[in-house]
Amino acid sequence: MATAAHQTARTSAYDAHGGTPADAGDTAGYETAFDAAVAADERVEPRDWMPDAYRATLVRQIAQHAHSEIIGMQPEANWITRAPSLRRKAILMAKVQDEAGHGLYLYSAAETLGTGRDELLDKLHTGRQKYSSIFNYPTLTWADVGAIGWLVDGAAITNQVPLCRCSYGPYARAMVRICKEESFHQRQGYELLLALSRGTPEQHAMAQDAVDRWWWPSLMMFGPPDDESSHSAQSMAWKIKRHSNDELRQRFVDICVPQAESLGLTLPDPDLTWNEERGHHDFGPIDWTEFWDVLKGNGPCNEQRITQRRRAHEEGAWVREAAVAYADKHSAGRGVEQA
Amino acid sequence: MTNTDWPLWEVFVRSRRGLSHTHAGSLHAPDAELALRNARDLYTRRGEGVSIWVVPSSVITASSPDEKDPFFEPSADKPYRHPTFYEIPEGVKHL
Repeated sequence: MATAAHQTARTSAYDAHGGTPADAGDTAGYETAFDAAVAADERVEPRDWMPDAYRATLVRQIAQHAHSEIIGMQPEANWITRAPSLRRKAILMAKVQDEAGHGLYLYSAAETLGTGRDELLDKLHTGRQKYSSIFNYPTLTWADVGAIGWLVDGAAITNQVPLCRCSYGPYARAMVRICKEESFHQRQGYELLLALSRGTPEQHAMAQDAVDRWWWPSLMMFGPPDDESSHSAQSMAWKIKRHSNDELRQRFVDICVPQAESLGLTLPDPDLTWNEERGHHDFGPIDWTEFWDVLKGNGPCNEQRITQRRRAHEEGAWVREAAVAYADKHSAGRGVEQA
Repeated sequence: MTNTDWPLWEVFVRSRRGLSHTHAGSLHAPDAELALRNARDLYTRRGEGVSIWVVPSSVITASSPDEKDPFFEPSADKPYRHPTFYEIPEGVKHL
């Protein structure tokens, strides 16, 4: 196999074609066409001309999303060997495998924008790209697996459903696939919590404790309030994002309140009340100091998550090398120059 | 970083017999056999397919979005290729 095959794949299916207009006048023409396509709700595809900032924003967002999927495998995998039954163990393994799959769909989408997989992983490992802060909290008990499914995946779904209509085609298509699969994640978490809530007093207390710990970090998953969100306005104009952070957060709270009642569990917010006038639930203030602190790297598990991720990558290096050596040997043996 | 990035493959899945393969996405794999196995694990975890094709992404030749107007134009000015172009008297059946 030719060495070139091991480098970041070049394919005419993704290569930006109209990316270098001859002069400023041409750029203006391209930009007008791009704006018109976005305004008409058409999808932008990999080879289309797009503003550099649009491309950069997408790479940042899709990469962060992909990183979140694969880092998110860690807190849940923590409980696979200690799952209370074979049924729960099989479910949890399938869920963690799905998270790996979601990461791969998203890395592929990011690659259509001209950023290689190795570069993306390197940026994660060196802290130059982020992942969702929610995964910097520890999973202390088995009930946390349920709380993650119900609340964390629930918040993710609320965020992700509108992304299925994102203006960038490959990202939107990855989100459609992911959203179909997330529904099982949320339901298994809810069922797990329900079993605990209806179990012994100790099991019920464990479920309540998990919900108490995961509720506020889940609300933070929607990002800072609209007036402090640096990327929101531009992303909405580009139709990458369809609803504001606060709008999605409110939607999530309204969905969760009756679900918590059916679970027989409470949400840890004394200010949570139905506001007849607004037609929504009011809820208490979010501790954004905690959010920014965890984002900066001072959460309970930031260090552990990245160390584990790096170790997994480094310890897997020999497998990747062996697979390449095997492929090279066999293509040489057949005398076939493989793509 | 050692350069062991595996090549990119495009994956096409036939969802059931009687339908053609459609593009599902892409993945990295060191060779065709592992690309097939990875594609099975990645794109058919819930019975989404009965057959998979994998193609090295680098062998794809794509039309240019820049030239899409001139490239596809020849078909636009030939309305007589469509059945609705023709006027047939009322009452003529099976036509």
